[in-house]
Amino acid sequence: MKTATVSPPRGAAFEQDPGKAPRRHVVTDVVTPPLHTISLLVRNKPGVLVRVSLVFSRRGYNMESLVVSPALSIAGLDAAPGEYSRMTITCSGDPDTLEQIIKQIEKLVDVVHAIDHTGQAVIESELALVKIKVGLKERTETLQIAENFKAKVVDFGAESLILRCAGETDKLDAFISLLKPFGIIELVRSGKILMVRGLDET
Amino acid sequence: MIAGVSPRQSVNFAPKQPLSRPRTAARGGVSARTAPQPAAARGGKVAATGGDTVIQCLEREGVEVVYGYSGGAAMPIFDALVDSRIKFVLVRHEQGATHMADGYARATGKPGVVLVTSGPGATNCVTGLLTALMDSVPMIVLCGQTITSMLGKDAFQEADVTGITYPVVKHSYLIKDAADIPRVMREAFHIATTGRPGPVLIDLPKDVTQGPCVAPFVDEVHLPGYHVPGRPDATGLRKAAALLLRSRRPVLYVGHGAVVSNAGKAIMQLATTLNAPIVNTLLGKGACPEDHPLHLGMLGMHGTAYANLAVQHCDLIMAIGARWDDRITGKLSEFCTDAAKIHVDIDVSEFNKVVRPDVSLAADARLAIEELVPLVRTLDTDDWLERIAGWRRQYPLKYPKKGGLRAQYVVDRLDKLGGRDCIITTDVGQHQMWAAQFCLTTRNRHWISSGGAGTMGFGFPAAIGAAMATGKPTWSIVGDGGFQMTFAELATARLQKVPVKILVINNHYLGMIRQWQELFFDNRLSGADLEGNPDFVRIAAAYGIPARRVTRAGDVDKALRWAMAFNDGPCLVEAEVVKEDNVFPMIPAGAPLSGMIIERPKVKLEKPTGST
Repeated sequence: MKTATVSPPRGAAFEQDPGKAPRRHVVTDVVTPPLHTISLLVRNKPGVLVRVSLVFSRRGYNMESLVVSPALSIAGLDAAPGEYSRMTITCSGDPDTLEQIIKQIEKLVDVVHAIDHTGQAVIESELALVKIKVGLKERTETLQIAENFKAKVVDFGAESLILRCAGETDKLDAFISLLKPFGIIELVRSGKILMVRGLDET
Repeated sequence: MIAGVSPRQSVNFAPKQPLSRPRTAARGGVSARTAPQPAAARGGKVAATGGDTVIQCLEREGVEVVYGYSGGAAMPIFDALVDSRIKFVLVRHEQGATHMADGYARATGKPGVVLVTSGPGATNCVTGLLTALMDSVPMIVLCGQTITSMLGKDAFQEADVTGITYPVVKHSYLIKDAADIPRVMREAFHIATTGRPGPVLIDLPKDVTQGPCVAPFVDEVHLPGYHVPGRPDATGLRKAAALLLRSRRPVLYVGHGAVVSNAGKAIMQLATTLNAPIVNTLLGKGACPEDHPLHLGMLGMHGTAYANLAVQHCDLIMAIGARWDDRITGKLSEFCTDAAKIHVDIDVSEFNKVVRPDVSLAADARLAIEELVPLVRTLDTDDWLERIAGWRRQYPLKYPKKGGLRAQYVVDRLDKLGGRDCIITTDVGQHQMWAAQFCLTTRNRHWISSGGAGTMGFGFPAAIGAAMATGKPTWSIVGDGGFQMTFAELATARLQKVPVKILVINNHYLGMIRQWQELFFDNRLSGADLEGNPDFVRIAAAYGIPARRVTRAGDVDKALRWAMAFNDGPCLVEAEVVKEDNVFPMIPAGAPLSGMIIERPKVKLEKPTGST
């Protein structure tokens, strides 16, 4: 006779967001599970980045993107400027392993907190620089696409064009896939950064 | 200066209290200053060096022994040691130093301290760090390092020690400014000893330890990212109590966390209140007395058959300071599928890592169990205990009495001739499993064995550390393989005159490897034959240590009694046992608990699917 109670379902943070479809990678065309975005507040000490990366690499897990830069002084932690940094990591994977990864990251002494913000009310932003090979004659269409995505032309050369576009990951994915037929030579994306809406802490 | 160490309070249950004044003042001889003092021998006018500060910080933390090996990059620290009342033990290999500090820490709960030099000195500590991390042992490893301007430039004996050791430490520091030394030392001791203990490494460049340091000592610790659970939350306790009260076939599964937090008395109270049986892991031995009627011995891959059968058929299993290791669970998909699970652990990352418990209690083990006892009462377990008693009668631990001297007989006699009053350390292999089965541990911190890492060469140096820490007679049960890895420390043992009795179980094989190859690889032996073993009695004599050899069962008692009575220093007993023997019961790696093998199988077995 089973006397165990069923454990309550895991928090929404670790579930794959039902609203988002699996991603088709713009460059490789491989379908991956939706990305999770983890935001960390860490102490700005040498080696903290290595320690966080090791948590992923030890489990054979790849990080899709990682952004880290100094945070503002934290109220309540009484910090001098530059003492803390924020890290935003995107990665894909099954919820069980991600739950364990986040716990292992939180265990690190230099990490103040680590939160999985997937599916929560957040503002996300990412930047992409796209270099396309287009001659002056075929340029109109690419410029139309740029205008519609509010992308800016940052380099206008005789045979190539560099467009800079900012926005959510889905928007950038769509932008890049529309430009693919024109011949993308190079693509550099910054990592995704995010911030929680309202007064809650990121 | 071996005996007379007063045990420190359990380090887990209260946040570190800020000291009002340095502890050294109470011992006399060192005045209560707030800043490091220069070494007296160097004349009062010269400022304190970084090395002086390091040593004085160690004194303030109550450190009495440091194990290590000297070298160029660590010279300023070694110089500061000359005027300190801290005892320095010069070992013969840095690995030995780490295992000695490890044994010292396991025997007392105080952090073991290691001091080594840069480059190869530090890298020789990696195995010891891994051993301590896997078994949650508090340890501080101080490494010399090249001068700061030469970092990363391939200087002599330079190594990226912080980089090499990131995965094998709880935390680490590279000090580039001498003013950081007091803060870092305080933080390091705090991190090593609180929460889930672990090793902390501090890399000290030579110019930092040689130059002046005037920064004041620090008592408080500011680590915003470091949280230690203390008392359990009331909701979790109520849920756990509710589950327990509904159970009719409970099992208490006790691990190393119960040893670390001294939870044995509370667990015995819980067990006797509930009338529930107890099993423990290899590392949980000694938390609860193994000779108690409710105790079923060790569980797991080589645990007793009745302990594993109890776990297999229970309807509730409560892990107290244990982490559902693969040696215990076997095939996860078939482990306790119908049983309720309660998990008490101080490390929240252990919840849901391997097993999804129904109730997780993030707390110190002793505090959690103490608060749980008043919430439960006696369960209706008479049938369950009857059933378990039946299994105990049907499947006792046994070994053949004829056909040559058996290792099981030797360790069994050791247990009967006073082993329970001694500290026992083991190396790794078949002898370790037999010692775990037949040597019943009845007192906390009296069993020291490398579990998570399974480090060969651990047993003998760990015994030296444990004997130095407690002054108690200590048996070091080792195999011929593991002993050869660190027996250079015989010199250290002799110099320190430690009451360590080395029992070498010599079967001229790497026995556990041979057993696996016999059972799963068609007896194709590869890398298992230890030819060319030295005469261990003559090795001991070469170090000036008295030794005896035993080859027949009839001589065992006499040799063991002789060793028990010899407490003027180390001694050695070599037991030449049968060359081929197997540890049973055995649950092959990756097999479910139902796949337990009680005796030598007659049919060919599939290769195990689990990890080693």
